Amino acid sequence: MREPILQMQGLNAHYGDFQALYGVDMNVAEGEVLAIIGANGAGKTTLMRSITGLLTNGPGQITYHGTDISRLRADEVAARGLAMVPEGRQLFRSLSVRENLMIGAQTGRAGPWDIAAVYKLFPILEERKDQQSTSLSGGQQQMVAIGRALMANPDLILFDEISLGLAPIIIKDIYAALPGIIGEGMSAVIVEQDITKALAVSSRVYCLQEGRVSLEGASDTVSRAEISRAYFGIE
Amino acid sequence: MEWLNAVVQGTLLGGLYALFAAGLSLIFGVMRLVNIAHGDLIVLAAYLGLTVTTGMDLNPLLALILVVPAMGAIGYVLQRGLLNQTLGDDLLPPLLVTFGLSVILQNSLLEVYTADPRKLDAGSLETASIAVGGLSLGVLPVLTFVVAVVVIWGLQWTFYHTAIGRAFRAVSDNQDIAQLMGLNRRHVFGLAMALALGVTAIAGILLGIRTSFDPSIGGGRLIFGFEAVIIGGLGNLWGTLIGGVILGVAQTVGAKIDPGWQILAGHLTFLLILAVRPNGLFPRVDT
Repeated sequence: MREPILQMQGLNAHYGDFQALYGVDMNVAEGEVLAIIGANGAGKTTLMRSITGLLTNGPGQITYHGTDISRLRADEVAARGLAMVPEGRQLFRSLSVRENLMIGAQTGRAGPWDIAAVYKLFPILEERKDQQSTSLSGGQQQMVAIGRALMANPDLILFDEISLGLAPIIIKDIYAALPGIIGEGMSAVIVEQDITKALAVSSRVYCLQEGRVSLEGASDTVSRAEISRAYFGIE
Repeated sequence: MEWLNAVVQGTLLGGLYALFAAGLSLIFGVMRLVNIAHGDLIVLAAYLGLTVTTGMDLNPLLALILVVPAMGAIGYVLQRGLLNQTLGDDLLPPLLVTFGLSVILQNSLLEVYTADPRKLDAGSLETASIAVGGLSLGVLPVLTFVVAVVVIWGLQWTFYHTAIGRAFRAVSDNQDIAQLMGLNRRHVFGLAMALALGVTAIAGILLGIRTSFDPSIGGGRLIFGFEAVIIGGLGNLWGTLIGGVILGVAQTVGAKIDPGWQILAGHLTFLLILAVRPNGLFPRVDT
C-alpha cells in the first residue's frame, strides 16, 4: 500500500456536550480518490471540519504528510496544502468571481493551478469574472468553489457534497470534469450522498454511521447489500 | 449669504466627522465590532500628537508621520491581544470590553496629561483663510475636508483593489471559509484595526488643531462618528462621508438659528433620518 497522505486515528469530535465522531480510523493514500458516504447526521461534515481545522481535535488524531495537524488552525492546515470545496459552495458574496478565485491563492503555494488554468478548465468563469459570485447559477457557483480550492495548489482536496442542490445535468458535467482536476498526483476525498456517483469516481470507500466507520472497502468490490447495511444500520 | 456660509462651513466640518466615522465604519464592516472606545482613541491620538509636537518641536501635520504608525501599531496589538478574544456570536462582550477600555483610556489620559484643555499649535495654518465668491473659507477646514475625501477614497481603493482589501471583505463575508482559504482572521482583524486607528490618528490630530481637547471629550466624538456612520448607512464609506456632511450642516445651520441649538440640531436630524430610513441613506446592498 502507498504511503498515507492523511491518517486519522481514534478521531473524536464534539460540539459542546454532543459527540459527533467516535474513534474514527481512516486513511487516504497518496494519489488516491477516496469516497465517504453516509446518511444525514452520520458525521461526514463534522469529519471535514475536523480535518480542515475548523474543529480542533485531540493531539495525534489527525496526521497529514506525517505531521500532526489535529490542533492546527484552518489557515495553518490550508498552508500545508489541504483545500476544501465546502458544502453549499459558500462563495464570498461581496467578491467577484475573479476575486473569489484569487482568495484561493492566498496560501501562495506553487503548482500547476493559476487563474489561467482555472479559466481553461471552466471557460464560462472567464466570461463572468467581474460578476458578483451570487449572480451565477448553482452549477457555475460550484465551478468557482472548485476553482477556488484548486488555486491553492493542494496535495489533497476535499469535496463536501458537490452535487447537493444541483440539477442532474450539471452534476454530470462536474463529475465529468473531476478526473482532469484530480489528475497530476493530487489526492481527493469525496463526500457524497449519491452512492453510485461516489463509487464510480473513487478507488476506496468508507461509510459513516452515527459517528462511526461502518464499512471500509474497495469501491469496485463492495456489494449493495453491504452498503445498505452500513448506511442504514439495518441487519 | 449667511445661510450659504453656514451650509459651506457645515460641509467642511462634516469632513472631520467623516474622519471620526471612517474607522468605526471600517471596523464594524470587517468584524462586526462596535468600538465604544473609538472616541477616546481619537483623543489619545490628539495627545500623542501633543507629545510629539511639543517634544520634538514639530508642526502637528508633520507629527502625523509618527502618530499614524504609532496608532496603527497600538491598533494591531489591541486587536490581537484583547479584542479578538471578545469576538463571537454574541455582540455584548466586545461592547462591554470596549466600554471598559474607554474608561481606562480616559483615566490614563487624565493621569498623564491632567484635565487641562490642550491644543495643537499649527501656527498660521489655524487662522489662514481664502476668499471664494464672497465667502471666507478657513484653510484648515478646507484641508480637513480634502483629507477626508482622500482618506475615504484611499480606504475604498484599498478595499476593492488590493489583496488585503479582498481579505477584509472575504473575512467579513464568511470567517470560517476565509480561514479555510489560508487567511488567519485574527491577523486580518489586527490589520483592519491598525488601518482604522491609522485613520483615527489623522482625525485626532486635525481635531486637536481645530479645537482644544481634554481627556473627557471622547464620548462626544464617538457619538458624532456613530451618527455619521448610521446616517450614511452601515458598511458604505462614501455614505459615511455624506453622513458626516449632513451632520455638520445640521449643526452649523442649527447654530445659525440659535447658538444653543448646534448639537441638538445635529441629533434631531440624526433621529429624523433614522426614523425615515432605519438603514441609513445608502446602506450596503446585500443580495
